[in-house]
Order: sequence, then C-alpha cells, then structure tokens
Amino acid sequence: MDFDYSDDQKFLKDEARKFLAAHCDVGVVRGVLDNPERSFDEKLWKGVAEQGWLGACIPEEFNGLGLGRVELCAIAEELGRAVAPIPFASTVYVLAEAILAHGSEAQKSAILPRIAAGELIGCLATSEGPGVIGPATLTSKVEGGKLSGIKIPVTDGDVADTALVLASEGGRPGLFLVDLKGAGVTRETLKSLDPTRGVARIVFDGAAAERVGEAGAGFDLVQSILDRAAVLLAFEQLGGADRCLEMAKEYAMGRYAFGRVIAGYQAIKHKLADMYVKNEVARSNAYYGAWALNDAGADLPIAASAARIAASDAFWFASKENIQVHGGMGFTWDVDCHLYYRRSRQLSLVAGAPKVWKERLVSQLEQKNAA
Amino acid sequence: MDFNDSPEEAAYRDKARAWLAENAAAHRAKFGELKPNTPEHMAAAKDWQATKAAGGYACITWPAAIGGGGGTPIQSVIFGQEEGKAGLGYGYFTIGLGMCVPTVMAFADSDTKKRFVSPAVKGEEIWCQLFSEPAGGSDVAALRTRAVKDGDEWVINGQKVWTTGAHYCDYGILLTRTDPDVPKHKGLTMFWIDMRDAAVECRPIHQMSGGREFNEVYFTDLRVKDSQRLGEVGDGWKVALVTLMNERLAVGGSSGPNYREILKLAQELSGPTGPALKNDAFREKLADWYVQSEGLKFTRFRTMTALSRGQTPGPESSIGKIIAANQMQELANTAVEMEDQYGILIDPDTAPAEAAFQQSLMWAPGLRIAGGTDEILKNIIAERVLGLPGDVRVDKDVAFKDMPTGR
Repeated sequence: MDFDYSDDQKFLKDEARKFLAAHCDVGVVRGVLDNPERSFDEKLWKGVAEQGWLGACIPEEFNGLGLGRVELCAIAEELGRAVAPIPFASTVYVLAEAILAHGSEAQKSAILPRIAAGELIGCLATSEGPGVIGPATLTSKVEGGKLSGIKIPVTDGDVADTALVLASEGGRPGLFLVDLKGAGVTRETLKSLDPTRGVARIVFDGAAAERVGEAGAGFDLVQSILDRAAVLLAFEQLGGADRCLEMAKEYAMGRYAFGRVIAGYQAIKHKLADMYVKNEVARSNAYYGAWALNDAGADLPIAASAARIAASDAFWFASKENIQVHGGMGFTWDVDCHLYYRRSRQLSLVAGAPKVWKERLVSQLEQKNAA
Repeated sequence: MDFNDSPEEAAYRDKARAWLAENAAAHRAKFGELKPNTPEHMAAAKDWQATKAAGGYACITWPAAIGGGGGTPIQSVIFGQEEGKAGLGYGYFTIGLGMCVPTVMAFADSDTKKRFVSPAVKGEEIWCQLFSEPAGGSDVAALRTRAVKDGDEWVINGQKVWTTGAHYCDYGILLTRTDPDVPKHKGLTMFWIDMRDAAVECRPIHQMSGGREFNEVYFTDLRVKDSQRLGEVGDGWKVALVTLMNERLAVGGSSGPNYREILKLAQELSGPTGPALKNDAFREKLADWYVQSEGLKFTRFRTMTALSRGQTPGPESSIGKIIAANQMQELANTAVEMEDQYGILIDPDTAPAEAAFQQSLMWAPGLRIAGGTDEILKNIIAERVLGLPGDVRVDKDVAFKDMPTGR
C-alpha cells in the first residue's frame, strides 16, 4: 500500500508552494481582480512556464518534462491554494491532456511544444447558453472545414490562442481545433463571478476548424477530456479548501468576542471540524482520482466523478463558512475570503456542475452493478 | 501511488493466507453457523482466538514474549483484511485487547501482567471497560462511583452504564472517585476488578433498538486489594487517557447496509414518478453516500500507507465515526421512506432486505453516541487536530463535592 505522495512528489509540491509564495501573493491575484482590462497575470504565466509546469506531463520528445500525472496533481493543489490567476487549467488539464489522449501526431507536434514553452494558451468551448449542453441544443456547425456558431461562456477564451470547440459536422457532433487568432473569430471578455479568470463570448463565422479524434465522437471526447480535467481541478479545489480552513483558524484564534478568542466557542470549533472532515473526504477521493488518472485505470470515470463531487462540496463549504467565521470583515472587498468564494464557484462550474457529475457517477455505478 | 503490497508485505500476506487456508476452514467446520451472543458462539470465538495466538496472529504488534505476534502495525492490518475475507473475526476481544489489557500492561506490576496478559491474548479471559456513568458520559471525569480506602483494601460503591459485554466478561478496569475534595480530574483512581465477584451486579440495558447488548453494572461494597490499583492514587485520569487513546480506533467501523444495498433496493421499487432509482433527488444522495464511503475507505488506505512507511498515521482517521454514523442514519431513513407505507415494517420475514434498513435506522442513534458523541468527536478534531482552544471549564478549580449537579 502506497497511497500518498512520494517523497519526490512532496518535494515538488513544497517547491511549488515556495515559488507561488514568491510569485503569486495576494497582490498578484488582486492585480487581476481589480483591473477589468486584465484576465490573467502574464508575468506569473511566464514564470510558471519557466518552472516547466506547463509541460509537466508533456513527453520529452515534445519538450516537456515527461512527469507523471500525480506530479501535476501536486502542482494543481498548490495553484488552487494560491488562487493563481492564470489559464493553467484550460491550457494544461484540458488542451494538453486532450491532445495527448486524442490528438494526431501532427497535432501533438504542432501544439504540445508550444504549450510547454508558454507560447500557447488553450480553452474548451462547449456551452452555448444556460443549462447543460447536449446533442439537442448544440447549434455550432462545421461545414467544409469552416466553423460557425456562438460559444458562451468560454473560460480563458478571451486570452487563448487555440480553442477546442464542440460542434456538429454533417449532423454528427465532433471536436475541433480552432486558431483563435485566425480569420472568422471575434470575441469579447464577459463579466464573471470570478474576475481572476477570464471568460469570453466567441463568435465563429467561417473560422478554420480541424477535427480532433473520431468524427461523431464529440460528446464522448468532451467527456473523456473532462474526466481527466476533473481530477486535476479537484486538486485545485482541495488546495483552496485547505487554505480556507487555515484562514478561518488563523482569524478565529486572533479574534476576541465576549472576552475570549472565538476559536474557543463550540459553534466555531464544530464548524472548523466540519470543514476538516469534508476536506479529508475530498483529499482521499482526489488521491484515488490521481491514481486512476496516472494509471489510466478503467475506474477513471467513477474516480473522477467522486473526486470532483467531494472537492466541489469541500471547497464550497469551506469558502462560505470561512466568510462566516470572519463575520463582517469577511464580507469586505479588502479581506481575501471572497477570492476563494469566487474561485470555488468558478472551479465547480467550469467543467460541469456537481449535479452533472453526481448523475455521471450514479449512471456508472448502475452499469457496474448491472455488469 | 499504488495499492499493491511491498514485497515484504506481499510475503506476509501470502503467509497469512496460507495459515488461514489451513486453519479457518477447520474452525468453520467445527462451529458452523452459530448465532451471535450465545454461549456456543462465545466458545467458538475463544477457540479461534486461541488458534490465532498459537499461530502468532493474535495481538500481532505485541512482543512474542508476552504472547503476541512480534509483528508490525501494517502486518496487523494485513492479517485483519485476510481474516475478514475468510469470514472470521469476532468482536468479543476488541475492547479488552484494544483498550483494557494495554492499560494493565502500562500500569500494573510484573506479577499482575504475567497473570493476565497471556490468558487475554489466548481468549481465555475477556475484559471490559467500566468508565461511563449516569452522571458521567461525555464528561467521564464527573463520575461518582466511590472507592474508600480500608486498610490494605478499597471498598467500592456506585454504578457504571453502557458497559459492553459486562455480562460475559471475566475482568474489568474500573475508574473510581477516591477524593471528592479536589477538582474532578484530580480525585480519580483506576483499579482492575473481578467481574465474577458477588458484589458486582450486571443488568442488561433495554435499548431503544430492542436489543440488550450493553449493561448497567452496580457495585455494592465491592472490596478490592490495593495491589489491584493501576497507577497512583489520584492519577486515574492519566491512566484513563491511555485507555481512551485507543477507543476511536476500536469503535470506528460500522456495519449495516451501505450505498450498494440501497442502490439495489431502489432498482426494485417504484417512486411517485417512476422507478425509485430514476429519481434525481435520490441519485444525488446516492452519489454523496458513495463519495463519503469511498472517502473513508481511501482515508484508511492513507493510514495504512503511513504504517507501511513506518510512520505514525496522521489524524485523518478521526473523521471515520462521524461520517459513518450519520450516513448510516440518513441512508436507512431514505430507504425506509422509499419503501413508503411498507417502510414501517421491521419483521425480517416481511420487510425488504430482511429489515436491514429498519434495524439500521434504530441502531444509528446509538452509533452517533457510542465511543464519543458527534459533538465530542468534533471537539477532539477542533482541539487535537486543528489546535483550537479547549472549552471554558467552569468546574476546573472546584472541588468535586461542590460541583453543581442539577440535582
């Protein structure tokens, strides 16, 4: 039994924490939050590229580090803890992982080295309106290699170079690579619950589109991509949830009311204990997700669903109760609680809401039970 | 990360499996399917414990010189897994060997240890823990059972409650008040006692679940020798902490139906708008239970990993009972409501799943209290894991006899 980070992975995680403490303090996060013109921190992005994190799991033949997925999970945990304002998830968990899993050799050569070098930002464009996107509501179309349609919202779509776009071709759903700097693409930044991450509306009007994976497999490909991303996002959520518990504890230990620190009141102690319980459930499920992702186990859909559900629940609970512990101070713009509250919503919504994953989990369990 | 044994662990597992293959079948052939809590079942349990002791598989982490297996914590976990797979494992010895005998080993003189440890390991004698009282549950140190010195003896009067197995136990460790003139934690003293003494009376408690698994234990002028004292006079609380350190591990597990069983039930039943399993609200709950159950399972794996690496496990195992007990209650109630009018039936011959959900529903309130209530466990997480301050204790500097009692 070896169900924890190895010593090397712990070392990498510690180094990541030190790097982010030095290069992604709350001032960096607020620099993006408070400036509507900025959707990410370019300097941090460059620094992260120099650390090799963008190519952590990209094989060495494509100029990556060729590390395992558990190493990437360790980095993700630290990025979540720091509320890093960069398009890391869209580029690494989604685009790089998608191309590695489903791309042609030509697509790998064209995209992976540029991601590793920090020259290419990615995004995933599936949604077209409120509610869950499905075959019945998908209107974006590819005809003769040209994409037309409107995608909204697209996380990091305002700063991305390349998009993975879900669209139908000849009446069958497919997944397409689109150069967002090319002709036939117009986009605008939208207001988001979490301004530390960009979100866009993208209008495609005859943009050049190149298919990834099998024709007609669009929704299956998106699901496969999201299964992988869900595990990595769970680690970001876990990092955020842990930080919320720390913040709540630090504040409660220093805040006096009715003649003593509020950390001594059971109403507060039990709230923090509840946070701890949820965080540990999330951690254990995330570890199993990491194992399934790294070993490409057949259990990945179930493991990813469980990791995402537990981590979404833990981060939501910790982020909202962290504000509650801080009282009125927690409701101010200047105290950092809302950065986590916002990010918890961003991370829970970006790759399918928890309700969607609960359905996925149960349908998988049904199948497993019937088998 | 992987779930495989290290080469040493795999070798131990193979050895344990081979031993079980040889001995478990023989044991089962001898005892067959016995009903728990009968004398025959107890005899079977003692026989199995003796067999394990002879093979070096009882108290695996204890030194061989005192009857243990001379092994490591991870070996103990591995054997437990294999023993479970073989359908064996009796609960009668858990409290004695997990909590009471370690206390005896830590505080008794060498003659006493020599007299008691080996028979306990072999299952010849069973121990119980006599701490909780009507006036001392979560606040155990408020207990009132009095021990008064009389020459070389102590005379004990009072009452304990919720004592698991008191009616079949041979010996017990008993926490008493020896000095009511000092604050509550300072006036306690621990003894070991003979449960067969005529001055000890066990009365089963009729639980709300209908069963009678626990006892009230009354002491009327029970005389014990001063040599039966464990630890110094007035140091009983310190001794009790050694015992209680192991309690959460001993009470952690839960039985009863889980997400698999309720999924199966939902496949068979109709809800208001179609098959019960197709109901969105139910599916969301089912997902949550799965995530919690798996979370606990993988948390145990993390604990095992620490043991496997020769490290001290982290505090993560403290989440176990809070989750398990609450989930048991919610899951059982959801199942009972899913059965609709039929849910009121608890006869195993009539109710679905042999009334497992109804029984679980009636047992769950006890599990949320036994071995530390939800609230006490949250205090423990808050104080010992997160390092938050202890509660304000208004009785800290008050002599026990002057403490307000409400009656």
